[in-house]
Amino acid sequence: MTSVADQPEQALEPRPPCGTAVADDRAAPVPGTGAAPGAAPDPFDQDVLPAPRNAQIALLRSLLAPHRRRAWTASVLLLVQQAAVQAGPLLVAYAIDNAIPQVRQGQHGALIAVALGYLACGVASGVLQRAFIRVAARVSQDVLIDLRGRIFRHAQSLSLDFHERYTSGRLIARATSDVESIRELLTDGLEELVGVVLSAVYITALLMFLDWKLALATLVSYVPLYWAIRVFQKRSMVAYRKRSTAVAAVIVKFTETMNGIRPVKAFRREEPNDDAFGELNHRHERANGDAILEMARYVVGSRLIANVTIAGIVLWGAYRVAEGGMALGVLAAFVLYLRRLYDPIDRLGMFLNSYQSAAASLEKIAGLLAQAPAVPEPAEPRPLPEPAGGIPGREVAFEGVRFAYRTGGEVLPSFDLRMPAGQTVAVVGATGAGKSTLAKLLARFYDPTSGRVVLDGVELRDLATADLRRGVVMVTQEAFLFSGTVAENIAIGRPDATREEVEAAAKAIGAHDFIAALPDGYDTDVRKRGGRISAGQRQLVAFARALLADPAVLILDEATSSLDVPGERAVQHAMHTVLTGRTAVIIAHRLSTVEIADRVLVMEGGRIVEDGTPGELIAGDGRFAGLHQAWRDSLV
Amino acid sequence: MRLWPYVRPVRLRLGFSAVVAVVASCMSLLIPLVLKWMVDGPVTDHDPGGVWLGGGLVLLLGLLEAGLFGVRRWLVARPLAGVEASMRAALYRHLQRLPVDFHDRWASGQLLSRATMDLQILRMFLAFPLVFLVVNAATVLIGFGILFVQSWLLGLVLLVPVVPLMILCSYFEARYALAARRAQDQAGDLATVIEESVLGIRIVKAFGRHRSQARAFRDQAQGLWHTEMRKARLLSDIWAVIMTLPELAIGAALVVGVLQVSDDKLSAGTLVAFLSTALALRWPVESIGFLLAMSNEAGTAADRYFEVMDTPQADTDGRRTDPRDDGLRMEGVRFRYPDAPAGTPDLLTGVDLHIRTGETMALVGATGCGKTTLTALLPRLHDVTGGRITLDGADIGELPVDRVRELVAVAFEEATLFSATVRENVAMGAGPGGAGEEEVRRALAIAQCDFVQRLPQGLDTQVGEQGLSLSGGQRQRLALARAVVGSPRFLVLDDPLSALDVHTEALVEAALREVLRHTTALVVAHRPSTVLLADRVALMSGGRVTAVGTHAELLRDSAEYRYLMSGDAGRDGDAGGDGGERDPHGASRDDAHDDPRDDLDRDPHGDPHGDPREHPRGGAHDDRRHEAAGLERSEAR
Repeated sequence: MTSVADQPEQALEPRPPCGTAVADDRAAPVPGTGAAPGAAPDPFDQDVLPAPRNAQIALLRSLLAPHRRRAWTASVLLLVQQAAVQAGPLLVAYAIDNAIPQVRQGQHGALIAVALGYLACGVASGVLQRAFIRVAARVSQDVLIDLRGRIFRHAQSLSLDFHERYTSGRLIARATSDVESIRELLTDGLEELVGVVLSAVYITALLMFLDWKLALATLVSYVPLYWAIRVFQKRSMVAYRKRSTAVAAVIVKFTETMNGIRPVKAFRREEPNDDAFGELNHRHERANGDAILEMARYVVGSRLIANVTIAGIVLWGAYRVAEGGMALGVLAAFVLYLRRLYDPIDRLGMFLNSYQSAAASLEKIAGLLAQAPAVPEPAEPRPLPEPAGGIPGREVAFEGVRFAYRTGGEVLPSFDLRMPAGQTVAVVGATGAGKSTLAKLLARFYDPTSGRVVLDGVELRDLATADLRRGVVMVTQEAFLFSGTVAENIAIGRPDATREEVEAAAKAIGAHDFIAALPDGYDTDVRKRGGRISAGQRQLVAFARALLADPAVLILDEATSSLDVPGERAVQHAMHTVLTGRTAVIIAHRLSTVEIADRVLVMEGGRIVEDGTPGELIAGDGRFAGLHQAWRDSLV
Repeated sequence: MRLWPYVRPVRLRLGFSAVVAVVASCMSLLIPLVLKWMVDGPVTDHDPGGVWLGGGLVLLLGLLEAGLFGVRRWLVARPLAGVEASMRAALYRHLQRLPVDFHDRWASGQLLSRATMDLQILRMFLAFPLVFLVVNAATVLIGFGILFVQSWLLGLVLLVPVVPLMILCSYFEARYALAARRAQDQAGDLATVIEESVLGIRIVKAFGRHRSQARAFRDQAQGLWHTEMRKARLLSDIWAVIMTLPELAIGAALVVGVLQVSDDKLSAGTLVAFLSTALALRWPVESIGFLLAMSNEAGTAADRYFEVMDTPQADTDGRRTDPRDDGLRMEGVRFRYPDAPAGTPDLLTGVDLHIRTGETMALVGATGCGKTTLTALLPRLHDVTGGRITLDGADIGELPVDRVRELVAVAFEEATLFSATVRENVAMGAGPGGAGEEEVRRALAIAQCDFVQRLPQGLDTQVGEQGLSLSGGQRQRLALARAVVGSPRFLVLDDPLSALDVHTEALVEAALREVLRHTTALVVAHRPSTVLLADRVALMSGGRVTAVGTHAELLRDSAEYRYLMSGDAGRDGDAGGDGGERDPHGASRDDAHDDPRDDLDRDPHGDPHGDPREHPRGGAHDDRRHEAAGLERSEAR
């Protein structure tokens, strides 16, 4: 049954031939080494990230290594179990050819042996099967939990740069559906696959032992079977891929409609949507039918081959028994064995499919795991000094910092900037001026391409994550709420905070009123009924989070965009009271926010073009003065 | 069965496929009989010619069996895919027309799992268990009939384990299905943790929360591990029974058979035929347990499907009335969400407001006072629970919903773009008919969407979930363009400029002012700059409009308005409503003592059954895989 054993190699093969070359290029963790912008196609556009050759094999090996003993136990169990299972027909042959004549002569020894043998084999096959399933499940579940954990931790440690380019959807797919297809193989398919191969080997050997001529005839049938499996695999791969693309399109359309039901209704999209969905649905129906028919074709084909072989063997065997060249029991055993041999062939096709998809998934996962975090943890972290000067804020310095994306495209040309402890700095400028990049460098979401960012004399790269996050906290425009209660969401800022501290933070930011008005107050689940929380309210929760975290340096990246004026005032008030003495970097569209700043930076094209106190800049005739005048005008 | 309307079109094929399957199963039962004839006849008589005949018969039966099963599959493959598709289309069509309340209650993942997983289960049910319960029962009956005819004693020996086997199988299957469902739920929860940790990666990183996320993840993963192990244990027990019992029965039959053959009460051919018939019957007997379990599951799936399908659609009919030039009028409008806890006051407690034709009204109020809710009432996304809203004199409750939505265009606070090109996203604002190139360009110009020119394919760039991701400000501008593209009679804008930078905001305002000059509009505003787009301002407080006037008038007369617009005036003012609990001083420090009882050091993963959105992703159909495997096996018979 070499056909089956060959398949695994096949599935692992398809890899771009230039794999290593690309991998070496991309593995370099330093940003900015890339060529000109938009030169080479971005590998992040594809699902399979470039990884060193054999990454998936190495991954598999490292996953299995801790469970080596269990894996061996499982293999031995399966070997013995299959032997017990396959002994049955042999006993039948023995009974017919030896026990019957003996009983006729009044001797029951052979019959008792057959009875005991059958009893032993039956019990052994059941018990061993049970043991095998348990041991194998232990191994595969341990491997899965390990794999899930690795993906999770790795995804968490990868830089924001990576997250932005790989997109959340694909990352989630790696951690869910790809792991899922491996799980399918491990829990359902692999045992079957190995079992089928093993029983085929056993049966072939037994047939050889019983009668080599008939066994050779059986072997001949393997050739068309192998061919049928190969053809099915190729065709079904195409069919299943088509189907999964089709179903994905259906799902996307469905989810999008249901999530955007308000605009759908408001813009009367129901009819056009029905048509578009009908089209996708129909495409899926066709693909689905194709896949089912492909399966049908294969099952019929393999069954035909099997039945023809059985008929042939019966014919030849019976002929030889009739001529006296062969015992009747052997023929009976042959027929029983052949049934067992061909029975699982239909399923084999299906499990090979799940094997292939698991192999593809493993490749994708290995590619993900091979990505080196671009913002690594320091090997020897340095502690932050005690805050100096009696204020909780810390001094921030950008020293010769330059930033460019890995694919090229310089965002920030080299610059120097010092913010003394406790200073509130507003950064203004048009979209794409580099404000957010500046903020992200300070929060160490990115590392600078060259130069260094320093907090109280310590480079950010040298700080342990815990110290860094105690020192610098950033609040962004998208205020994401995790599932859980409102209180839990605020407590993300400081997990050991008490309820009083959580409420105090909410009160300080003016969020207490609306939270108290929710159905369950602070214990309202944000994803459940009654949890209607507006964009502005979410931003207030995000602020409360930051307030609770009580950082030395606070970065607000357009974090007030959805707030109304009182909300914004509450935030500004909190900056003056609860957060007084902190170093703050505020990026804002709204110039009202800028008014509370000690210093304003105006950015354009990645450069700081104006720098001074708000008063100085307003008095001048630069860009900020112009913006400010426009804003004053709008207030009437 | 309520599935009947969907199954009706394929009933003939389905019935025929069952007949074909029964015949095919009988073929496989006949083969051993031929074998018996051969062994007892030509083989014992040493008659090679008869062997040829027997061999030919076996071949013929084998070919027939394979062929008939192929015919069965071919008969039902496309029609059943068609049934699944038509049920899905019906669900989608129905869901789109269900009221927004319904969608607020139901996570989209829950709906999706009905549209994909449950329908797939139903299709599989129609394809296999429905047919094979009949076929296998028939096969078992016929098979045992054959066995008994050949030897009632051996038949009895084999029959003994059948009943316990079926009972044990269905018992284990039921428990396994429970464990499988639980594993599915847990996989869904695990996926939620993963999804959130990826979507909220900025927050996780900003607050250094890796460890607590990892802990949440580990707890979930371990829960799943335990359930999976439990599944494996159940499975191992089922298999132990399935492997052992029939083996023992066949062994017993063999011993009895040998004794009978030796006593010449039975021919050797009968024994061979007997054993191979028994082998052929093994699968139909084993399968009945999980065919039943699967039918149960299909029943649940059908319930889940019809639970949604039975929700009545919103009443969308109405009659057209002659418009008179009256603008937008709200009279005593009251509203509460249907799922609001009993005893809480209505969200809107009697809104009276008149926007004259061509007038632009700004709506100002404290966070959470019901402004956004009010905007959802205008296009009848929710229906008022009291009072009435009229457009040009016609009560929107009596107009056809389509007509209302044709009259009113909305730009929502959260700008949702669909997976389509920029052009399509904008043009859909003009209704199902779309809008011309000229109108789209004009709308884009109003919303200052010059960035569209710089997109890779300009107007034809794909945006949305599967396309280019745009910044918040860009999305908001496209949503604005979508709202104005159809030159609607009534325009509702919910804080339309919040995500724009100062410079762009000024440009959009200027262009928007042109549009608003001849449109009746309601603009929710948080800031003075937006308010200035409007002719008059309505101040909302405590669920009603408490004051209407120009910006200047309200600034002068209303302390609450002054507070909302500048943030510092009049906390002691007259308008009440918002109240003064915003003072950060008193609130913060004194409460901040430690309370050991209140342990908030938990991970934000929430309720284990919290977010069912993930179920379709978290292993939708796999737990049925082993049944499916069995069924594939059954199909081959």
